[in-house]
Amino acid sequence: MAWTWFHKLGSPPYVYKLAATLTPWFGWIAAALIAYGLIGGLVISPADYQQGEGYRIIYVHVPTAWMSLQVYVVMAVASAVALIWRMKVAHAAAAACGVMGATFAACALATGSLWGGPMWGTYWAWDPRIIFELVLLVQFLGYVGLRAAVDDTQRADRICAVLAIVGVINVPIIHFSVEWWNSLHQPASVMKLGSKPTMPLSMLMPLLSMFLGYVFLFAALLFMRLRAELLSRERSASWIRDLVRA
Amino acid sequence: MNAPAAVATAHARTPALQAAWLVLSRDLRLAFRRPGEIVQPLLFFAIIATLFPLAITPEKSQLVVVAPGVVWVAELLASLLALEFLYREDAHDGSLEQFAISGQSLTGLLLAKSAAHWLLTGAPLAIMGPLAAWGFGAPTSSLPGVLLAVAIGSIALSLLGSIGAALTLGVRRSGVLLSVLTLPLTIPVLIFGARATQLAIEGSEFTAAAQLLGAMAVLGITLAPLAAAAAVRISLE
Repeated sequence: MAWTWFHKLGSPPYVYKLAATLTPWFGWIAAALIAYGLIGGLVISPADYQQGEGYRIIYVHVPTAWMSLQVYVVMAVASAVALIWRMKVAHAAAAACGVMGATFAACALATGSLWGGPMWGTYWAWDPRIIFELVLLVQFLGYVGLRAAVDDTQRADRICAVLAIVGVINVPIIHFSVEWWNSLHQPASVMKLGSKPTMPLSMLMPLLSMFLGYVFLFAALLFMRLRAELLSRERSASWIRDLVRA
Repeated sequence: MNAPAAVATAHARTPALQAAWLVLSRDLRLAFRRPGEIVQPLLFFAIIATLFPLAITPEKSQLVVVAPGVVWVAELLASLLALEFLYREDAHDGSLEQFAISGQSLTGLLLAKSAAHWLLTGAPLAIMGPLAAWGFGAPTSSLPGVLLAVAIGSIALSLLGSIGAALTLGVRRSGVLLSVLTLPLTIPVLIFGARATQLAIEGSEFTAAAQLLGAMAVLGITLAPLAAAAAVRISLE
């Protein structure tokens, strides 16, 4: 049947082995893409005519910010799958996403602040995207906090799944209301990334490479964390005993 | 508990609306037995609003600028204060479990509980909103607009809060976590609520912002009880 692959994903030992096989592949692809992106972005591509060398932080900042949102979506999708098909592995994957998403969001805020210092003349501005990122960080930390506060793992899984789904419905609403709020308070004085008309290919290619590299990096880290989650959750299962004995 | 609200057998099930009404009236009756608890969020609102002139300036021309923000932040905090106990007692005495196994739609019953919560905290706080705005120097003619904005917005707050309260039901000291989970969800309500209030105080047209607040309230009424019911069921397992 065509659905066998999906049912297999419900089995912790199968996923554990699959993740172990895939981790190095994804890890090395990520390393190659990020290496190309960093060399292309930091060394080869020309300096920006407005921002000089300082603009180069976008090769780290923009993919991180983008990933923080992607991780939230992945977490919510994994949570929905887990609730609908009662899939333990998907709960473990969602649990693995929480801290990683918070890390991406925190890195996006930190690199954005470092960029803002020389470019905007301030390390912190009440810019809609900064606020949105901050709210995202709080949502990730709230998710992690709720998971830690509920003693029973299974109940924590399902409660957190509801929170992730509620959160993901709210993310676009928060996004647009913050944009709307900004259009009232600040006329477009702040330099915006999207306002740049065109980007030369020598800048675009490394940036795209960084994006893809971060996706693969996230996947590789997710597989590693997922294996750790599965080991701790299934510690009394027989397949782990076999694993240890082997 | 002298009101076995939604306890019904499968043979003679109470109609859904009647069951919801029973839960609503039971919650109101329970609350009015302890009127002190109804007044507490109002006192909390009043004292927060009082702190601002002390912290900033008694000058009304300056206070009126921050009035919308103060009204809404105080509104948010006061409504959070009452949320922690939305489901707590019902969970302790088993009523919530009875709701869940009553054969009635748990979603409908929780919507009724949210309605009771709004009547007990949202509506009284909606009256405090214009009062505070007036104290901060808003013109009397703007007060109906402020009342409308706060009344509509607090519906959305009650419903969003019901999700947070349901999520933290199984957590022992849930107060801070409840705030951390709920406040990010309320940011859109804060933005549009404060905007509608500001426009009302300026004497401008505030219908658009008020309508968006209404949209959020409707979204909350339709979706929030579903999420709350799912979370309550998980907590009861």
